[in-house]
Amino acid sequence: MSEKKKMAKSDASPASKATPPNATPKMKGDKVKVFYGEKQALMDVDLDIQPNEVTALIGPSGCGKSTFLRCLNRMNDVIDICRVEGKITLDDEDIYDSTLDPVQLRARVGMVFQKPNPFPKSIYDNVAYGPRIHGTAQSKADIDEIVETSLTKAGLFGEVKDRLLEPGTGLSGGQQQRLCIARAIAVNPEVILMDEPCSALDPIATAKIEELIDELRENYTIVIVTHSMQQAARVSQRTAFFHLGELVEVGDTEQIFTNPNDSRTQGYITGRFG
Amino acid sequence: MTDATMNSKPGTEIRRPTLTGERLKKRYAAERRFRLYGLGSILTAGLILVFLVGSITGTGYTAFLQTYIKLNISFDPEFLDPAGTGDVAQLASADYGGMVKKNLRDNFPEVTSRRDKRKLYNFVSPNAGFDLRTMVIDDPSLVGQSLDLWIKASDDIDMLTKGYVDRTLEESNRRVSDTELVWYDKLDSNDRIESRFNTDFFVKADSREPEEAGILGAVTGSLLTLVITLLLSFPIGVMAAIYLEEFAPKNKWTDLIEVNINNLAAVPSIVFGLLGLAMFLNFFGFPRSAPLVGGMVLALMTLPTIIIASRSALKAVPPSIREAALGLGASPLQVVTHHVLPLAMPGILTGTIIGMAQALGETAPLLMIGMIAFIVDVPGGFTDPATVLPVQIYLWADSPERAFVERTSAAIMVLLAFLIFMNILAVMLRKKFERRW
Repeated sequence: MSEKKKMAKSDASPASKATPPNATPKMKGDKVKVFYGEKQALMDVDLDIQPNEVTALIGPSGCGKSTFLRCLNRMNDVIDICRVEGKITLDDEDIYDSTLDPVQLRARVGMVFQKPNPFPKSIYDNVAYGPRIHGTAQSKADIDEIVETSLTKAGLFGEVKDRLLEPGTGLSGGQQQRLCIARAIAVNPEVILMDEPCSALDPIATAKIEELIDELRENYTIVIVTHSMQQAARVSQRTAFFHLGELVEVGDTEQIFTNPNDSRTQGYITGRFG
Repeated sequence: MTDATMNSKPGTEIRRPTLTGERLKKRYAAERRFRLYGLGSILTAGLILVFLVGSITGTGYTAFLQTYIKLNISFDPEFLDPAGTGDVAQLASADYGGMVKKNLRDNFPEVTSRRDKRKLYNFVSPNAGFDLRTMVIDDPSLVGQSLDLWIKASDDIDMLTKGYVDRTLEESNRRVSDTELVWYDKLDSNDRIESRFNTDFFVKADSREPEEAGILGAVTGSLLTLVITLLLSFPIGVMAAIYLEEFAPKNKWTDLIEVNINNLAAVPSIVFGLLGLAMFLNFFGFPRSAPLVGGMVLALMTLPTIIIASRSALKAVPPSIREAALGLGASPLQVVTHHVLPLAMPGILTGTIIGMAQALGETAPLLMIGMIAFIVDVPGGFTDPATVLPVQIYLWADSPERAFVERTSAAIMVLLAFLIFMNILAVMLRKKFERRW
């Protein structure tokens, strides 16, 4: 891992920023505030997502990490009472700009959910759905190829190649989740958001998914929300710690886990609260 | 330890639930009682159903039989074609009624008095002449011939054959007089009385003569009406449900609309009839008694049912499916048409068929728009005057002739058969569209 050592000189202020590395950030949150009705769920979060890196968002339940993740592809739009303030950019484009179509955005920023949620269709149709609606594949052969490469990338092709036409819901939990990842990468998004993708899986399936995330990093930018600090330490290059709607600290994973600047981060990773 | 300190005050002993004794017995007894109650209610409902269907079938099955009398009929040229031209127009307008009467007199030479003759004429259906007319027009060579033919009996004789006339009663209390009984027994002993399957009941429309009355007019009317109802209420209802459930913002207005839809489902159906009368007939001037207007009124009545059922079917689709599709970059419309609607379809179809079954059995709103009329023709289109099955049942139940009693029950059986058919269709559609997730 040839990680550029980032300084991550964050003081105690909640809006602490990791020092920008030489690469320009893929996505950038600037003073992001989220309200559910009257209740404010996120307070002025500034967070950069670096390209081709895995960024882990950790923190106790209800700290706003999932909320922030769902802001990144505007999945919060579907919640009526949810209101987002501040600015989030993808390649310096404001994704909350009124001229930007959230549907187009979600094709560029894909998502994998906590609970595996394959469509009640065949494995093939699950993966082919994205390319079909976006028209990225013209012929049946193109779609066949996309399905095969996506399933291969998700490490599932060997297991399902003889039953592509069977329902995706008939797979085991871990296979379903890898199917969902295959479905997400079939669209070829630039960023993949993962919301606790392993929380419903057993350790073996989890290990497979983690391995997969590490491979996907080559081609995609990944943001992952996780409750498992070991998982964050294993798969991510950068880690952001959220607490009570604030971004407490963000920095290199190694630094966060060995030498956190904030006492709350220290407390959380050593298991004193959360 | 932690449990103990949490559940009890410090210092008290830890109490664990005992698995024997009074409480357990009570619990088992309560469960047994509950099961018995449930079984009891199912049995009660089943018994009532068996009784209902049994009594309807018991009274109604005889309507599927019709008595015929074998008579020697001579196609007398004197009545049919006095001039001997062989002209079809002349054959069509001939006095077949007179011919039937003459043949009856010839078959019973012993009848001479005027009063007895009238009784004799009452033996066969007043429409028997029309049947003979059809025969002659189909085959003009019959003129001049003499044949033994089975002629449809009148309703009184039909009732006598089916055993609904009590011979022990005084003559004045019976529809069939003693002389008629003598004639009948003579015919019967000569094997000139026969019960046949009553095809007319299924191929004719309403009539004042019970033996001529059929269900086809009402069945056709019901079908045409339901087609209109389905075409109007299904698309409108499903569209409204999809919009309200998937697209409409949740605010005061949508709440108001929702409350109103739920209220509309409880509005007495006759009110919809009044609305139809005021709007479709008086304001728009649509034809009276027509399946078109009937279908529109029933569509108004069915809409709330379909909307409510469709909304709950849409609500039952797990949100994770919507999120998955949205997360892949599907537009809200694609989410609905590709994923939500197919998954909700079984529920929507069930709701629709329940609504249609309700509409099929509805009488009150149709009375207001004139579908209670007595109509002797099978309707040929959406604007022809028509009646529907439940109205037909009501009309027959209201008729004084004894023979309409069995026809009322038979019509109810046809209506029930229709409902069962629709329910089977609903189950099959459910099976076809059902997908597991």
